[in-house]
Amino acid sequence: MVQANEKITVAFNVNGGDVEIGVTPETALVDMLRDGLLLKGAKRSCDMQVCGACTVLVDGLPVSACTVPAFEVRGKSVTTIEGIAADDRMAGLTDAFIDNAAIQCGFCTPGMVLAAKSLLDCNPHPSEAEIKDYMRGNICRCTGYKKIVEAIQEAARKALQG
Amino acid sequence: MTQQEFNTVGKSVRRIDSFDKISGRAVYSVDVVVPGMAYAKLVPSPLPHALIKSIDASKARALPGVYAVLTAAELVNMETHYGSDKKDRPIVAMNKVRFQGEPVAAVAAVDLATAEAAAELVEVEYEELPAASDLTSALLPDAEPIHDSNYCHEYGYEWGDVDAAFAGCDRIFEDTFLFPMVYHYAMEPHTCVVSYEHDRIRTWTSAQHPFLVRAELARIFGMQLDQVQVVVPYVGGGYGSKSYTKIEPLVAALSREAGRPVRLAQSVEESMKTVRRHAARATIRTGVMNDGTFVARECLSYVDTGGYTDNGVRVTERISDRIVGPYIFDNVRVKSYGIYTNSTPAGSFRSIGGPQASWACESQTDIIAEALGIDPIQLRLKNLAKKGDEVRRGKRPLEGDLAPKLQMVLDKFGWDNYQREDPSPTVKRGIGFACNVTNSGASPTSTSLVRFHADGSSTVYIGTTEIGQGSRSVMAQIAAEELRIPLASIKVIGSDTDSVPYDRSTGSSRSTTLMGLAVQDAAVDVREQLLEIAAKHFETFADQIEAADGKATFKGESMTFGALIREMFGGSGGELMGRGYVTQNHASGRLTQDPVFWEVSIGAAEVEVDEDTGTVKLLRYVSASDPGKAINPKQVEGQDEGAAMQAIGHSMFEEMLFEDGQFLNPNLVDYRVPTFEDLPGEFETVLIEFGDGPGPYGSKGVGEGGIVCVAPAIANAIFNATGVRLRELPLTPERVWRAIEKSKQ
Repeated sequence: MVQANEKITVAFNVNGGDVEIGVTPETALVDMLRDGLLLKGAKRSCDMQVCGACTVLVDGLPVSACTVPAFEVRGKSVTTIEGIAADDRMAGLTDAFIDNAAIQCGFCTPGMVLAAKSLLDCNPHPSEAEIKDYMRGNICRCTGYKKIVEAIQEAARKALQG
Repeated sequence: MTQQEFNTVGKSVRRIDSFDKISGRAVYSVDVVVPGMAYAKLVPSPLPHALIKSIDASKARALPGVYAVLTAAELVNMETHYGSDKKDRPIVAMNKVRFQGEPVAAVAAVDLATAEAAAELVEVEYEELPAASDLTSALLPDAEPIHDSNYCHEYGYEWGDVDAAFAGCDRIFEDTFLFPMVYHYAMEPHTCVVSYEHDRIRTWTSAQHPFLVRAELARIFGMQLDQVQVVVPYVGGGYGSKSYTKIEPLVAALSREAGRPVRLAQSVEESMKTVRRHAARATIRTGVMNDGTFVARECLSYVDTGGYTDNGVRVTERISDRIVGPYIFDNVRVKSYGIYTNSTPAGSFRSIGGPQASWACESQTDIIAEALGIDPIQLRLKNLAKKGDEVRRGKRPLEGDLAPKLQMVLDKFGWDNYQREDPSPTVKRGIGFACNVTNSGASPTSTSLVRFHADGSSTVYIGTTEIGQGSRSVMAQIAAEELRIPLASIKVIGSDTDSVPYDRSTGSSRSTTLMGLAVQDAAVDVREQLLEIAAKHFETFADQIEAADGKATFKGESMTFGALIREMFGGSGGELMGRGYVTQNHASGRLTQDPVFWEVSIGAAEVEVDEDTGTVKLLRYVSASDPGKAINPKQVEGQDEGAAMQAIGHSMFEEMLFEDGQFLNPNLVDYRVPTFEDLPGEFETVLIEFGDGPGPYGSKGVGEGGIVCVAPAIANAIFNATGVRLRELPLTPERVWRAIEKSKQ
């Protein structure tokens, strides 16, 4: 049995590179990413899976990293905002956020962009209602959401045009 | 300068912090790591009102890994209290606690887990006192006093002969309206790292007003301003919650005690127990003539400032300033009281007192219109203040006519051609309107420094906090415009009190107007220096030189600004510096009167009400933002949309609930804020650009207006749909359903 302070090794892929890191069993994924790997893009806010500020993708699907134990990503692929920012293929999405003024304080932005990527991966041409439904787990207190919806619509449109 | 001549002003250029924020590399206070820092945990009071009989921190101090425990006993050789208007807040509770969650002690330890374990070991013995966690119970004659009394502040003003005027009115209306306690939910909870060293204090904090925090820390610890450094990284939302001083003194005192840097990163729950918006009860009495002429108004408001004053003084004043509405009354008597209660202290929140005041006065405007059988828009237009009117006597006259601004919103909404279509006999639709003007609380004290480098690029230094509003982009646009260089050649350095010059604060929609003028002046100062240098080079007069595109040109001959600077210094380098000072006596002459400007708020709503369930759906909302001149139009829209959405929250469902002083919903599950699904089907902002503001290019402040009129517009729409008048927020299905049921009886 693992003792409370005993570290367990988690081997996984993050943003395309393999890593191995020792964490305690109770360590949350968001803390392993932020404190262990210095990937500070994911933010802590509500700590109860409501706000989406800590959203990262695990095997392509969005999770709230505040409530996922770090050891659960063993052998999986994690994508953080740092991985998106370094990926030229994602420029359409990130440019759409910037050009539509869908960013204000920016605290929700990394999680918002990752949720939007996940949406467009599974539904490349979402309707406005589908965007609102899919994105409802990501809170933004600054923008009032309208410009984020517009950004996602523009990213989808531009992807369609190739 | 005409509009066509602008290069970057008036364009929705990309925010200059875009890449930082989209890439995750933007550093917020929560990301700051200082070598050797300890981690802090607060020991909150479980009781809303109690005397502290004893505190025993010996077990906590004995825990391995604990560096220090701060209690009131450690607040020695320093000032013990802080606060913006009243210094009534102890750094940790002294002798008594006044709200549930008030820090009684704080622990610094090697890591957070140890700090949390130690916090559990701090033993506090209380003697419980009766708690009053709302206005009604705090105002009872036998209520247990929370401070010397439960009255924090009183304010009022009067003009005309109010009693005589009421006596001569055809009709008198009296209504009371309730506004709930609501929470900002800035997504980044209050976070602060302080390194207290023997001759200086270094602070990294999520503060809106770094220079006020610096002054407060200097006063508390007996240091000079130059010994205190306050750095504000990017801030994850504020909306007023991070105004003035919050957790910084506690963290500084804990760092002094621990002998090392200390980080306190609050949870959302802890931040919900740090600050909130004032709940309010407002009674308005209005005397009118049968033709709809407004004659006399008397208002009595109470605002609930919680356990400590925080910004309660100003909020008490502002609700009274804003409750008369945008109308001309010859007879006014207004009074307001700030009241202590055993609940989270209440501070600034986007338009202090504004939504509370407008909820009351603009709901009543429709009540009057209905009773007199006058169209609510016509009633407003009949009494609306005009350009140059002193809408509050003795204050700055209104900059521009309101009627055309109202019409822009009505046109966008399609008000005049509205065809009501009820989906069913019990699902009804209706429209509502509201408007107000709010006196900006902006103090005209800002300074800026512009450095112009020898390669033609420039660095702009501002004390404005980048809190999401896009101040850095707007300041860069103003500087680029005045320096005649591309936007890409500008870098903006934000809030670090060691390196940027003084700015009073970031709030009250003040930055574009006031810091904007400071940056404009500093940039013009540099440009004039460049023209002088160019005049020497070309052996002519400065006014003969044309400055554009980073070059000085005379008779077809050009030289880059950078080359001119290098030539002046006689080598490869050198730089110019420009400064901008904004005071009440600014050379423009536009800042002498209070307020610096009036912020305009206008909103129109269409709702659908299900009478069987009380559910209200906001189908459409059209808001207005009146920036005078939009320096970055999309950012202006974004401010307005965000403000309106926050108001949709306090109108429809947001409410902090207290029972016997216990805070029942201090988390994001039980306290719901708007999500994507609350976005109205149509959600528009009308930009009003009449160039009538005192800021650069005729600009003035926006960002608060959007939050002011949503609630009354929605309630007026519900009345229009159902004939039922709601006087208490939020407009939850239960409250709406009960009101509908009551109306049937």
